Amino acid sequence: MNLHDTLHNKEMCSALLDKLKKSIDRYGKPIRFMEVCGTHTVSIFQSGLRTLLPEGFSHLSGPGCPVCVTHDAEVATFLALAEKENVILATFGDLIRVPSPNGKSLKHAMANGANVQVIYSPMDALKLAKENPNKEVVFLGVGFETTAPAIAATILAAKKGTIKNYSVFSCHKLVPPALKLLLDINNDERYIDAFLLPGHVSLVIGLEPYEFMAKDYHYPAVVAGFEPAEIIHALFMISEQKRLGIAKIENAYTRAVSYEGNITAKTMLNQIFEVCDTKWRGLGEIKASGLKIRKEFSDFDALVKLDTELAVTKPLVGCKCGEVLQGKITPADCPLFGKVCTPQNPTGPCMVSTEGSCAAWYNYQGL
Amino acid sequence: MNILLDAGSGGRASMRLIHDLFFKYFENDILVKMDDAAYLEVQSPITMSTDSYTVSPLFFKGGNIGTLAIHGTVNDISMLGARPKYISCGFIIEEGFSLEELEQIVISMAQAAKEAGVKIVTGDTKVVTKGACDKIFINTTGIGEIIKPECEYGSPSGANAKVGDVILLSGTMGDHGLTVMAERENLSFVSDIQSDSANLNYMIEQLMLEVKDIHVLRDPTRGGVATTLNEIAEQSKVRCVLYEEKLPVHENVRSGASILGIDPLYLANEGKLLCFVPKEKAEHALQVMKADKCGKEAAIIGEVVALPEGKNGQVVLQTKMGGMRLLTMLEGAPLPRIC
Repeated sequence: MNLHDTLHNKEMCSALLDKLKKSIDRYGKPIRFMEVCGTHTVSIFQSGLRTLLPEGFSHLSGPGCPVCVTHDAEVATFLALAEKENVILATFGDLIRVPSPNGKSLKHAMANGANVQVIYSPMDALKLAKENPNKEVVFLGVGFETTAPAIAATILAAKKGTIKNYSVFSCHKLVPPALKLLLDINNDERYIDAFLLPGHVSLVIGLEPYEFMAKDYHYPAVVAGFEPAEIIHALFMISEQKRLGIAKIENAYTRAVSYEGNITAKTMLNQIFEVCDTKWRGLGEIKASGLKIRKEFSDFDALVKLDTELAVTKPLVGCKCGEVLQGKITPADCPLFGKVCTPQNPTGPCMVSTEGSCAAWYNYQGL
Repeated sequence: MNILLDAGSGGRASMRLIHDLFFKYFENDILVKMDDAAYLEVQSPITMSTDSYTVSPLFFKGGNIGTLAIHGTVNDISMLGARPKYISCGFIIEEGFSLEELEQIVISMAQAAKEAGVKIVTGDTKVVTKGACDKIFINTTGIGEIIKPECEYGSPSGANAKVGDVILLSGTMGDHGLTVMAERENLSFVSDIQSDSANLNYMIEQLMLEVKDIHVLRDPTRGGVATTLNEIAEQSKVRCVLYEEKLPVHENVRSGASILGIDPLYLANEGKLLCFVPKEKAEHALQVMKADKCGKEAAIIGEVVALPEGKNGQVVLQTKMGGMRLLTMLEGAPLPRIC
């Protein structure tokens, strides 16, 4: 049996679920946890775990899908960049269907002749630049601490290889500041009891950046892997913390994540980027929650190079992505959900990415 | 050598291309008559299907655009319980396209047609200016004769799924979709996979003649098994329940797709069929499928149950760990995710 099968194994998952049930029964109160990461959201739905969680356990999907938290202003800027002459816009696939406030997405820009290339790895963007020396290749740097080091690596490689027609529009966001904001909002009402922390982000940043959640706010939070058995195990650790009345940052994903994180990736990230304030969709501007390209590398900063300002946008009327991302409501509570806003015709980005909480609800609910 | 605009002019250059390439490889008594239309004789009611083929890259592991153009149409005609007989073939070629590549495509088409026992009886070639099409597009239309094992059984149809039916899949999922995506995008983490592109007409003929009572036959091409089953569930107003642990997937496809955040249930297949039969025929149908060279990894993957009230056809997956998950229809092309 390979690792995938082991971690999906029915007998093992049932045994773990039994343990989880006993733990929450002994605790005697309901536990509502937030999974911060979109990949967890999908795994919880995709594996059917959602239909097997013991009574008393419920989940909310947090701001951990990079596409979903990309601000309208950034999306509008993608389109402005795509329309520039002589530009090839390189992007990860799930950004091309995200609508800007005027309803147009990169798909529309492509139909109108913009050169938008879907790539699978940041290094492909650099390859594109080498192959098209007379065009400016602009890479949409969207993602968390997970993707930022790989994009930093492309800038380092471009500098080393003296590739002058490559630049990045950095929309990177940092997870811990968003969590801090969520805790500040949540502290009075306490609609979230605990956090399932992202596996991939933690792989880079380690556990230390989350310590404030336990120390200052007293929330149990556990880093989890993405297979169902790993998630159930992490939920058991959360439940036990609640039962014992303690709050700690724990690691249930030891096969990948260490306390220190990945030092090489962090070094590379800090070499290219510096922390800045940035706007999150649904959460607004959060201090020190973004990454911008350092001055020394401004030759690779698309906004500087193409003399482009971040677009100014008005908030979308009716779209409650913000409250969904904060965990205040579930996607189904949004008045647009499934009626106006569907995967066919998404209003907000939470419906676009397969990892968006709204898309996950839409695609996997309905049983 | 490259194709020039002249080759589609209808003049001598066209004739040379027809004789030196198409007649040479597609040769049969009907085609060589060179009349304005093909004169065909059939023995029974016919099925007919048309499809246009574009794929990038044109050549991939396990096939090329030419094999797809034959396999795809042969399979579509056959899915209603028919024996494919004749195929037409239209080429739209971009000026400057390599003649050697065209020849390779034509050779593969001729081989695929021969293998399926169909004749390519009429055709057309247009050459368009550079940029007006992407290298080469192929359209094929085919007709087949209905195989009628016993008159009480109707032709298989997507609207024929019945509560209690067992769902079979003739082999692994997603090999074609992931192969083409991996080659198009140079995905180095995907290895050792190839397209499953193949003719399924002999497997279908055996199913019709031996198992007889086949309710549904359909090939899960674009949109994959999940999307095709949704079409059937809607047409028949039933719920299809799949067992995740029974779904055949090659390990390299599963892991490659997983990195991209794509589900093999939604990846295209070009040599697989879904078959719905009454429960008591399921084992027989499985044996017939496994006896065919394209059905070695065939499996019983699910069953048909009654639809909950107020729903319009549903596909539900019983996951490996015992949970349930709704499988909806695919929206646009699958998009690889960021993280």
